[in-house]
Amino acid sequence: MVREFTLGPATREAYAAALVELGRTNPNVVVIDADLSKSTYTAKFGKEFPDRFFNVGIAEANMVGIAGGLAHSGKIPFCSSFAAFMMCKAYDQIRIAVAYPKENVKIVTTHGGISLGEDGPSQMSIEDVALAATLPGFVVCVPADEAQTKDLVKRAAAHVGGVYIRAGRPKAPKIYDGGEFPFGKMRRLEDGKDLTIIANGLMVAEALKACDALRDDGIAARVLDGYSVKPLDVEAVERAAQETGALVVAEEHSRIGGLGAAVAQALAETTPAPMEQVAVQDTYAESATPAQLFEKYGLTWRHIVTAARKVLGRKGRRSGGDGAATATGPADAEPHPFEV
Amino acid sequence: MPLSVDDIVPKCREMRRDIIEMITAAGSGHPGGSLSAVELIAALYYRVMRHDPANPQWAARDRFILSKGHGCPTMYSAMARSGYFDPATLSSLRKMGSPLQGHPDRRFMPAVEASTGSLGNGLSIGIGIGHALKLDKTDARVWVMVGDGECQEGQIWEAAMYAGAHGLDNVTLIVDYNKKQLDDMVRNILPLDPLGGKFAAMNWHVMEIDGHNLHSVVEALEESRRIKGRPTAIIAHTITGKGVSFMENDPKWHGVAPTKDECTKALAEIGA
Ligand SMILES: Cc1ncc(C[n+]2csc(CCOP(=O)(O)OP(=O)(O)O)c2C)c(N)n1
Repeated sequence: MVREFTLGPATREAYAAALVELGRTNPNVVVIDADLSKSTYTAKFGKEFPDRFFNVGIAEANMVGIAGGLAHSGKIPFCSSFAAFMMCKAYDQIRIAVAYPKENVKIVTTHGGISLGEDGPSQMSIEDVALAATLPGFVVCVPADEAQTKDLVKRAAAHVGGVYIRAGRPKAPKIYDGGEFPFGKMRRLEDGKDLTIIANGLMVAEALKACDALRDDGIAARVLDGYSVKPLDVEAVERAAQETGALVVAEEHSRIGGLGAAVAQALAETTPAPMEQVAVQDTYAESATPAQLFEKYGLTWRHIVTAARKVLGRKGRRSGGDGAATATGPADAEPHPFEV
Repeated sequence: MPLSVDDIVPKCREMRRDIIEMITAAGSGHPGGSLSAVELIAALYYRVMRHDPANPQWAARDRFILSKGHGCPTMYSAMARSGYFDPATLSSLRKMGSPLQGHPDRRFMPAVEASTGSLGNGLSIGIGIGHALKLDKTDARVWVMVGDGECQEGQIWEAAMYAGAHGLDNVTLIVDYNKKQLDDMVRNILPLDPLGGKFAAMNWHVMEIDGHNLHSVVEALEESRRIKGRPTAIIAHTITGKGVSFMENDPKWHGVAPTKDECTKALAEIGA
């Protein structure tokens, strides 16, 4: 039986709530949006602090340049739009007006991934984490739920330097009651000896469900929340490889350049171990409900379970009790001729 | 066969009904900016544009680019009703596997000239097509529609400066000037006026019209065909949510689907 989660607010709502709290305690916090403040919910900050809120219109590049200037003069700008428009329209400004001169700008986007659903690929973002992570000096985080988002937003304000946080559109399963989520760490949610599942964002809940399903088959999975893509908790990755010997990395992002790529790099540089990715393949998605898209583009707990079985096969041993035998199919089934 | 202006009038009502029904069935979408563009898109598809729904890849066709891609229900209705595909498909808007994606998508519908949805892109693509049509020595035209909020994107002005400087007279830009964007009215976010003056200063032929008066719309579109040596910008003054009283001039209706009751009310207002 896989566990069920109560749905909490969307991480974009948590972001806006945290912004308002920050606004009350830190007069240097300013917020900039590009005609999406009703969707990113930064309008909530604008309502309470109209003097510290700037809506620049549909002009993402100009927005980020202005943020660089505000930071240059001691303000702490939080800059928001959909992940796709922010990272793809304003990447040069993030590079030249923020990352390169080391300006203290916080880029917080919403509608990350494909879970925005019906609006389709032009609004979706499967490349933002990769783009953010290649900016020298940037911190890159993908929170899973309300409590984690609030903590990360407060940390971003306290941190001196560029931070990217990717929030989402749909209501997010509640994972945490609160807690501390320092940059550069992973959070262990389950422990197990057979393999490690690392996930972030909405995929954390899917990873925990997969962990339950695997446990029913006698497979014990460690589950790590990889909310900090950069800096990455290399030590946790190394320990996972040493102690569990196989990994699955799950994220709502392209398989190229995101959490999976970062973990693979850390593995190759420390303790090589077999790893499988659960991520969007090298393709654009389409319009549909978020649940249909997670099914079609391979982002459910069932896909994590399949990847876990595959990686366990590569690990070269079967783990757990009798149940593990069913992991690769019924005992009397002919092996598929093309399956190694 | 190009329709007369009188015959386009009932087509506009049909489009408005389609838009309301499609967005209601989808449960999401953008009614305000779809309804404001009805007469502009109807005039293009039913009369002004040179196109053949039976032969959508015809080399000498005019090209229409809906740069404000969120207004696609209007274009989908015009395409279905002029013969590109079965109008029964309209009810599949935004559903899994439908060719009617939430924003125009060439992968699903090759007759759509550009995949849009990220605002600011359409005019540049149109200019590229305009250049190519001239290289191919066809007299086909490019019609690009942008939103007024969309005109805040810097790329629009890079493109405007370029098309003016290069005298690209086979490009017509239509601005659906409905005075509204996502968060608020345009004047409260970042005013554009004098909008026509900006294009004029960049060597465009500029016309300002009532975008709901079909006679003015058709006249302006046809006049742009005759302008040589300069691109044309048609600033079409429109009303967001036009045709449904409770949606008109209210930014709230930018991106919200009507409920079933609101749908019934809207259809009754639009009439048969
Ligand atoms: C680059 C980009 N930024 C933001 C958005 C989100 N968005 C969709 S529609 C819209 C408002 C568009 O306003 P306008 O161009 O005036 O269109 P209309 O009022 O006719 O709907 C915004 C901000 C987007 N689609 N693309």
